[in-house]
Amino acid sequence: MDFDLTEEQRLLQDSVGRLLADRYKFEQRKAYMKTPEGWSREMWTAYAELGLLALPFAEAEGGHGGGAEETMIVAEQMGRALTLEPWLPTVVLGGGFLRHGASAEQRRALVPRIAAGEMLLAFAHTEAQSRYDLHDVATAAKRDGAGWVLDGRKTVVLHGDSAHRLVVTARTGGGQRDRKGIGVFLVDAAAPGVSRRGFTAVDGHRAAEVTLEGVRVGPEAVLGDPEDGLPLVDRVVDEAIAALAAEAVGAMEAVHALTVEYLKTRRQFGRPIGSFQALQHRAAEMMVALEEARSMAMLGAMMAEEEDAVERRRQMRAVKLQVGRSAKYVGQQAIQLHGGIAMTMEYAAGHYFKRLTAIDMTFGDAEHHLDALAGAGGLISAAAA
Amino acid sequence: MELRFTEEERAFRQEVRDFIDRNLPAATRERMESGRTPTKEMVVQWQRTLNARGWAVPHWPVEWGGTGWSPIRRFILQEEIQQTPAPQPLAFNTSMCGPVIIAFGTEAQKKRFLPRMANLDDWWCQGFSEPGAGSDLASLKCAAKRVGDHYVVNGQKTWTTLAQHADWIFLLVRTDPQAAKPQEGISFLLVDMKTPGITVRPIITIDGAHEVNEVFFDDVKVPVENLVGTENRGWDCAKFLLSNERTGQARVGASKERIRRLKLIASQAPGGGRPIIEDPRFRERLTEVEVQLKALEITTLRVLATEQKNLGQRKPNPASSILKIRGTELQQAISELFVLAAGPYGLAGAHPDADRRNEPEFVPDWAALAQPTYFNWRKQSIYGGSNEIQKNIMAKAFLGL
Repeated sequence: MDFDLTEEQRLLQDSVGRLLADRYKFEQRKAYMKTPEGWSREMWTAYAELGLLALPFAEAEGGHGGGAEETMIVAEQMGRALTLEPWLPTVVLGGGFLRHGASAEQRRALVPRIAAGEMLLAFAHTEAQSRYDLHDVATAAKRDGAGWVLDGRKTVVLHGDSAHRLVVTARTGGGQRDRKGIGVFLVDAAAPGVSRRGFTAVDGHRAAEVTLEGVRVGPEAVLGDPEDGLPLVDRVVDEAIAALAAEAVGAMEAVHALTVEYLKTRRQFGRPIGSFQALQHRAAEMMVALEEARSMAMLGAMMAEEEDAVERRRQMRAVKLQVGRSAKYVGQQAIQLHGGIAMTMEYAAGHYFKRLTAIDMTFGDAEHHLDALAGAGGLISAAAA
Repeated sequence: MELRFTEEERAFRQEVRDFIDRNLPAATRERMESGRTPTKEMVVQWQRTLNARGWAVPHWPVEWGGTGWSPIRRFILQEEIQQTPAPQPLAFNTSMCGPVIIAFGTEAQKKRFLPRMANLDDWWCQGFSEPGAGSDLASLKCAAKRVGDHYVVNGQKTWTTLAQHADWIFLLVRTDPQAAKPQEGISFLLVDMKTPGITVRPIITIDGAHEVNEVFFDDVKVPVENLVGTENRGWDCAKFLLSNERTGQARVGASKERIRRLKLIASQAPGGGRPIIEDPRFRERLTEVEVQLKALEITTLRVLATEQKNLGQRKPNPASSILKIRGTELQQAISELFVLAAGPYGLAGAHPDADRRNEPEFVPDWAALAQPTYFNWRKQSIYGGSNEIQKNIMAKAFLGL
């Protein structure tokens, strides 16, 4: 049992933390958000220089050989700074599909370009009817000689507007909600038949609606088993949930600190409002919620590498549930304790709240995972009769 | 970072499990599985069994019967005892008064009291709260006046848990009523319950149980050698003791055991033409508790790991307040789920510390205990520094408010 980071991990944490403290202050972030792309190409280059884009890939393939703990460390810092760049879609999601589903050849071709910041990826999965069910896929993949033709619509594709390649789920067999018959395809975003409409999501991140009409891909586009790609999707999404949990912890930590600072400086009735017990207790309760989420984010980092898929899924649902509950509490209370100032676009607290809300809605909100986890028998098995 | 237990730690867990299985009397286990509190004899017998194995006071220094184990190893032992379930070593002896004597006591006091505490030859109780001194403990009035080689104690303590079993009481008394601050002028005394002038009066709590008492002191003579630490500096002992008390209150192992039991029960108890475990509302409430318990378990281990690094420091860790708050809330939430599972059977409540002679026989044991336990466990967020006091501590110590 050891909760400490290694020397190398601390260095990673420090260097990311310093970069973002220096170049991702709240006013700078506002400027990045106002650019046409909605995020910063210069920061993307800086991440590349720091090795953050190569983080999870094997060293032999041009990566840094980082694991789930390194992802946790970086994501937490990004959460503190509320970064807007497509790091999660490209490195964690796209990277996850390449690591677990692509051929070594494909990785050798793509990883160096991702690492250099030249290639962006996005995961085109969610559909109008699917909500958070990963197995609910209507987009069709039909055999076409050795290759496939894809038809369908994907919605809220995170950073889908800027991606060079889309990881698309499509049905190769079975009915819309069958667990078998889902294929995962790596699609060139510029291919004929792919159209995208980008928009800014509530948290300032970019997203896109993606339409696929008769999109032809070759056999090399298939990631993993074309008839049984759901386990691959589950695995990559579990890794993303672990990263989101860490990001949420970073955001909660920052907005809690901001709130406590405000309680010490804001004066009403002739004294700092932090001297009032009602507010002190709320701030203490926020801290309890934050520490619960931090514990679960650590569990998430550990379970992201678990080979037993059933156990991994079960624990990751618990992680996402707790993080969702904590994020909602910390976010809402941060606004309430600040009062009116946190209701404005001019102040950071509201932006943290929005990102925390968006994280809960990404890959299953607390209610979704509660329902699924409860249906699967919870975390603890019954006593022997 | 490594959140998994090591091979060595897992082997140790198995060793503890085997020991408990071989040595815990079946009657004790059955009584506790049903949700009843163990009898005095059961607690004494089991603590002596543990002590003979060297496991009653693992956190004490080796010279006084401790083990020199890491906090994680101690956690495993404690968790296994709770999960069985078996009686835990009496906290008043092993977690409260014992550590105070070790930290503040004289050699003579250590020799005289510690071995008997570890073996539960003496049952101790805690004389802190008074009718006028609850959360504001430092306002206590029970007075001790120095007369020659004795203190003469006059006053009253209350909420004294299991004083009816006790051989000794550790007391906070006011020795200097003139002190500038209420925290100054308090002393920590050890008092033999057989001393003339002590009266114990039961308080029956809302669950019907006799667990707590009022204790009255009327010209009780206490030899000065029973003062722990320095006269008028007893508050140091009290603060030290209270922070130790909090870490134990997470009771993760005990909650796990209750959840296992509840799941077994709920898979049999009917609810709407099916076992109540299949009711989505019930199931989801239970799952929420399980997830929070998982978070609490990891948080507990994080606090223990920090403790391990700061070994030897006597500074209380304010993170222990988090454990107290959530640990007690979760135990209360679990008790509510037992009530839900029991349904109308819960109306035929039993007394948790009583035998079932006067109860209707058609009510299953667990259901008869559901409501009394629920009522009784409301105490958890009140004792050991109420959960509101814990939030005050966090606001001050962590947040600087």
